[in-house]
Amino acid sequence: MRLELTLLVDGEAVTAVLDRPGESLLRTLRERLGRTGAKNACEQGECGSCTVLLDGEAVVSCLVATAQCEGREVRTVAGAVPGEVREAFAACGAVQCGFCTPGLLVSVADLLGRNPDPADAEIREALAGNLCRCTGYEKIIEAVHRAATARTAENTHTGAPGTRPLPPSPSPEKDPTLPHGCDSVMTEGRT
Amino acid sequence: MPEPHKPPTPPQRAAGGVGTSPVRPDATAKVNGAFEYASDLRADRMLWGHTVRSPHPRARILGVDTAAAEAIPGVAAVLTHADVPAAKHYGLIESDQPVLAADGTHYQGEPVALVAAEDLETARLAAESVKVDYEVLEPRCDPRRAVELGEVFRHQPVRIGDPDLTEPAVVVTREYVVGMQDQAPLGPESGLAVPSPDGGVELRVATQWLHSDLDQIAPCLGLEPDMVRITMAGIGGAFGAREDLSVQIHMAMLALKTGRPVKMMYDRAESFLGHVHRHPARMRYEHGADAEGRLLYVKAEIVLDGGAYASTTDAVVANAASLAVGPYEVEHVAVDVWGAITDNPPCGAMRGFGGVQTCFAYESQMDALADELGISPVEIRRRNAVSQGSKLITGQLIDAPAPLADMLGRFTAMPVPAIAAERDAADLPGGFGNTTRGEGVVRGVGYGVGLKNICYSEGFDDYSTARVRLELVDGEPVAFVHTAAAEVGQGHQTLQAQIARTELGVERVELLPADTSVGSAGSSSASRQSYMTGGAVKAACEAVRELWTERDLADGPIEAVREFRHRETKPMDPVTGQGDSHVQMALCVHRATVDVDVELGLVKVVELTAVQDVGTILNPVALEGQIHGGSAQGLGLAVMEELVMDEGRVRNASFTDYLIPTILDMPPMRLDILENADPAAPYGLRGAGEPPTLSATPAIVAAIRDATGLPLTRVPVRPEHLVGTP
Ligand code: FES
Ligand code: FES
Repeated sequence: MRLELTLLVDGEAVTAVLDRPGESLLRTLRERLGRTGAKNACEQGECGSCTVLLDGEAVVSCLVATAQCEGREVRTVAGAVPGEVREAFAACGAVQCGFCTPGLLVSVADLLGRNPDPADAEIREALAGNLCRCTGYEKIIEAVHRAATARTAENTHTGAPGTRPLPPSPSPEKDPTLPHGCDSVMTEGRT
Repeated sequence: MPEPHKPPTPPQRAAGGVGTSPVRPDATAKVNGAFEYASDLRADRMLWGHTVRSPHPRARILGVDTAAAEAIPGVAAVLTHADVPAAKHYGLIESDQPVLAADGTHYQGEPVALVAAEDLETARLAAESVKVDYEVLEPRCDPRRAVELGEVFRHQPVRIGDPDLTEPAVVVTREYVVGMQDQAPLGPESGLAVPSPDGGVELRVATQWLHSDLDQIAPCLGLEPDMVRITMAGIGGAFGAREDLSVQIHMAMLALKTGRPVKMMYDRAESFLGHVHRHPARMRYEHGADAEGRLLYVKAEIVLDGGAYASTTDAVVANAASLAVGPYEVEHVAVDVWGAITDNPPCGAMRGFGGVQTCFAYESQMDALADELGISPVEIRRRNAVSQGSKLITGQLIDAPAPLADMLGRFTAMPVPAIAAERDAADLPGGFGNTTRGEGVVRGVGYGVGLKNICYSEGFDDYSTARVRLELVDGEPVAFVHTAAAEVGQGHQTLQAQIARTELGVERVELLPADTSVGSAGSSSASRQSYMTGGAVKAACEAVRELWTERDLADGPIEAVREFRHRETKPMDPVTGQGDSHVQMALCVHRATVDVDVELGLVKVVELTAVQDVGTILNPVALEGQIHGGSAQGLGLAVMEELVMDEGRVRNASFTDYLIPTILDMPPMRLDILENADPAAPYGLRGAGEPPTLSATPAIVAAIRDATGLPLTRVPVRPEHLVGTP
């Protein structure tokens, strides 16, 4: 069996040749297309580390058969996530080992696309399918708020209507001495 | 003529230096999905390796037939025990674990053979085609029986005074059980082995301790250590799971055999079988106190299940023994800890390392005593709290600040959350899954205190090495820092750069990849890297600074290598357990508030507040992340996480059945961080990653007891323990 199909991955038309019908989109992305942005912590649909946007909808790519994706649009962390969201995760300490990060970022992009200013409970509900073993999620919630604020400010500034689709803006500059954007609980007295 | 660059006068309040929270150097790559984890590695002409594992906890191997597997197109090699080039066993402390099983297997999932093939599917298929002829034997799974038979990795007693001579007003005796917890780092075990032209091999692997890996790998491959070059690959979390070897020797064997690069990567099910776990524990405790609640004696018999191979059980036993009563003063102690040998999965390092199990028991005992005496849980702890100048039960003096009484007092300023007048369905235990209106929901509050040793104990030659080079790049001084320390996510690289900025007054710091071309950094475990590799980087920077005062940087780079050692420690006496075995002690206190639905057996933790003394805060954001993450793993052990064993078989090796906390399970976490510097440690710091993992668990269970009145002597607490349906 040999199946050739075309996908639009992060804005680029790519051809994948499959020799197994059941191959998951995650496998195709990682092993055939060399796009390792989507992660593989379980390959059973339980961890969310492989989350991508498929035609704008957040899915766990390990449970999607590539064979069903002919002509469809796939956005991984590289193409789905606004710069403010990435910047907020980096600045807030929401990234430790980072293995959960690409999937979480896609879920956050999806959430902010639907709900530009989510409350804590809405954030928790939206991210319940993304496991993180390192952070205890506290900084992740902080980062989502920061990203929401930054995006709202940006949209007000540019007068951009609506919030969807989210064009990825440039990645944060690599500046190790960047002053920290999210205050720690000690300095903020957030306790 | 530009100004010559001058060495700074320390200490510098440098931008991005110690005490600040610069963005981690790997953050950009991580948020862009560009960071290369071990599981992302590739090479041209790469083969995939796969492991054939025993399905039987205990079996005799009568024969291995590889012919069918070898005949599959695309299969490049099938290797067995006979193909292990040199030493047949490896291990962290003792070389007792077979690289591949020879005549028998001793735990479910023990590696028996290896396969390399052109792709992963073919490799898996070939692995299934390897025919192993097993004579299945009855597994020996009862650790207490093993102790009776003297089958133990270590027995460590602690004896002071004579408990039988005391006259207690109140005695509480309980038995506690701790289930088998898994580290469950999200990044699967993975690596790439590339044969080198000189007959050696290059390994890229996600590990906690490169040099210990090297010491175990090279003898099995029959190669000189300099023929095995290991570079750290991106690590997706560790928590102890990467302390023992997994893919390392196997993929190297396959690469050397085939002459091609070989990648190995476990899936989640294999990961659960392919690394050690936290030791399950059975603990019998007896506490005697006077009428005021002052401890008179503690007796404890603690059986840790070490499983089939030694791993780090020896050191876990020592921790459990020396920390058996926790941070409380008591003059009469009889403690025995055994690390049993069974046919269960090998157990070893996990965050908290021997301190977690006993903490659940001794904290539960303190609550039981308080209950008997009608005093508050805070009060009983305050009356018995250690402080600077107290002695551990090993006789070791606590010679640095240990302000437990003060820490306990901090909670009065942080009231427990009020019960909402109107509950949202989402706030009920079980969330939207809760089918009631919350009629059966009761609230409780509990406390837990944990005491954890930092760095390696018992005379281990624990050191770390750093090489620092300062040179002008485009007229600007740049510090190049090279260590072998594992960045497992904790933020250690960030800290190395912070230290270099503070000590050298530079802005730019380049971190060289961790590899074996620099001296050992020791393991990223025991909450030790800030202390040890932080100490080494600081020392190397100081040496560079010293040289810098003598000459101009324009004349060429200045480099220094320094090894850093903490103070000497002593082994515990094999009969009395006495001895200055630890380097540094760290305290964390948790308060938990829970809502329990007593009809449905569901628990929701609504508050988890931590008070921790960290000596000195080096990086506020990274530190908070450690306390949050450590608390989450403690919550996991309290109410969710257990590898369920059935006659030596793991019943739930998947994220479907082994549940780790999600964002819905975690409450908001308040932190109150104290800085009482330890004068013996670099910058006065105190290791911080583990203590919260100890104290969160007993605090949550105490809160559930407070809510329900149930005794709850086992963790994790499961719904059936709450509604009384076994
Ligand atoms: S890898 Fe897809 S959900 Fe875990
Ligand atoms: S940062 Fe490690 S799993 Fe989330």
